[in-house]
Amino acid sequence: MNPPRPKPKLDAENRAFWTGGAEGKLNIVKCNDCGQYTHPPRILCRHCQSENIAAEAVAGTGVIDTMTVNHQPWAQGLEVPFVIARVALDGVPGVYLTTNIVNSPVEEVNFGDKVRVTFEQQDEIFYPLFEKVS
Amino acid sequence: MAREAYITGVGQSEVGVRLPRHPLLLTVDAVKQALDDAGLTLDQIDGVFSFPGKAAGYLAFSPVGTDDLIEVLGIKSKWQMGAMEQPAQLSAIAMAAWAVKEGICRHVICFRTVYEAGGMANPAEYMPLRHDTVSGSSQWTSPFWATSAACWVAQYASRHVHKYGMTREQLAQIAINGSKNAMLNPNARAITKEELTLDKYMSARLISTPLCLYDCDRFSDASTVIIVSAGDAIDEVKATPIRIAATSGSVDRYSWDQVEWSAAYDAGPDLWKSTDYRPKDVDTVQFYDGFAFLPITWLEGLGFVEKGEGHKFIEGGHRIARDGELPLNTAGGQLGAGRLHGFGFAHEAVTQLRGKAGERQIPGDPKVAVATSGGGPMAAALLLAKD
Repeated sequence: MNPPRPKPKLDAENRAFWTGGAEGKLNIVKCNDCGQYTHPPRILCRHCQSENIAAEAVAGTGVIDTMTVNHQPWAQGLEVPFVIARVALDGVPGVYLTTNIVNSPVEEVNFGDKVRVTFEQQDEIFYPLFEKVS
Repeated sequence: MAREAYITGVGQSEVGVRLPRHPLLLTVDAVKQALDDAGLTLDQIDGVFSFPGKAAGYLAFSPVGTDDLIEVLGIKSKWQMGAMEQPAQLSAIAMAAWAVKEGICRHVICFRTVYEAGGMANPAEYMPLRHDTVSGSSQWTSPFWATSAACWVAQYASRHVHKYGMTREQLAQIAINGSKNAMLNPNARAITKEELTLDKYMSARLISTPLCLYDCDRFSDASTVIIVSAGDAIDEVKATPIRIAATSGSVDRYSWDQVEWSAAYDAGPDLWKSTDYRPKDVDTVQFYDGFAFLPITWLEGLGFVEKGEGHKFIEGGHRIARDGELPLNTAGGQLGAGRLHGFGFAHEAVTQLRGKAGERQIPGDPKVAVATSGGGPMAAALLLAKD
């Protein structure tokens, strides 16, 4: 049994990201003026500084850009090894998510693998984890 | 000589693991040594610069602030600076250089004190309060158990494995080279007790692939002091002054996972823009090695080799050995001599350029050195010259 995951402190900027999974949505801040995405989420667009922004559900699929197999139990009871990966999101240029790749043995996870989001709920937080698309 | 900045004194306290000596006293030890080295007295000091300033919420990380030193040493300071929001550790020295070039200060104490081992033995006083939640940049990594910078650096290193074919045997040379040099560094006795072999490295437990235990530096207790002086004040100094020939720093985005390449690839090329020196002129490099992969990024970022070639350059370790073409981390680096957090690299560069490195002194008469700090999204570099 793994220990509970470190829990993000919710605020005006990050709430839509961490709670979107309740509706099955991976929400990323998009600018309604220039059309570009801002992640980590902010209350203004980091490309054109427009305040006309909103969190918007994206496809929730992507590709493993880079990854590491973690062997160190950083908390008591943490089961190792597991994959920490940086996923490049489809349709969201320039945005990466650090995440875990779950539901596959670590030796079957590789660079370039196609993945899709799967949410893990802990209290009001929905952690966006990813699994391989078979 | 005006409008130049020199390093005129260096000092280092005892370096240890769980030292009983209070970190403020370790800092004063290092200051006294640096003053003695430079031939300066406290009444000549008129500035105090540090990275990252006193970390009130996490004293083990940074237990001493510039205010503390001004107070207990009776310094009449004209300018001081201690802040986390700098490109990286050595940028405190870069800023001190600008202060003396500008004529604001004449002799500046720069310091970095760490008490990360001793602090763990006294958590109530030195460790951060436990929080129920994570916020700021750590909320994008910690929830996925990427809680340590080891996991962040590992993902950059892993890309070198996948894209450029870096092997663990190649990467091992950073730690092995560090341990060999640390064996000849009297200040590293508490950290390195025997030379690391390739066999021992390859059988070490993995932390986060491709990084193993020996690729990660160790918490230590120490203070390192660098005195920076104005060009028109070096006749007041007795030691060989080492010129700060160039500085560079970079933060593109303060994020470990949204940047394509680490900041070393930006700060690297910038270091050569305000100097006639080129990589071929450099006699020794002291590259930040909190994790063993980082020196490879500096080799590539500074243009000693092409991007994706760093691991080939260090293969076998002979090129980076003390008698090689580009001696690296001659005091042992942080892997061999403890997590001094950046300032150890400037200390050793100056020591080598002055020919004062004892048993580990590199051959010839070294004149130019590079010292770097940082990793991931932050980077700062110094070009140092005896000219």
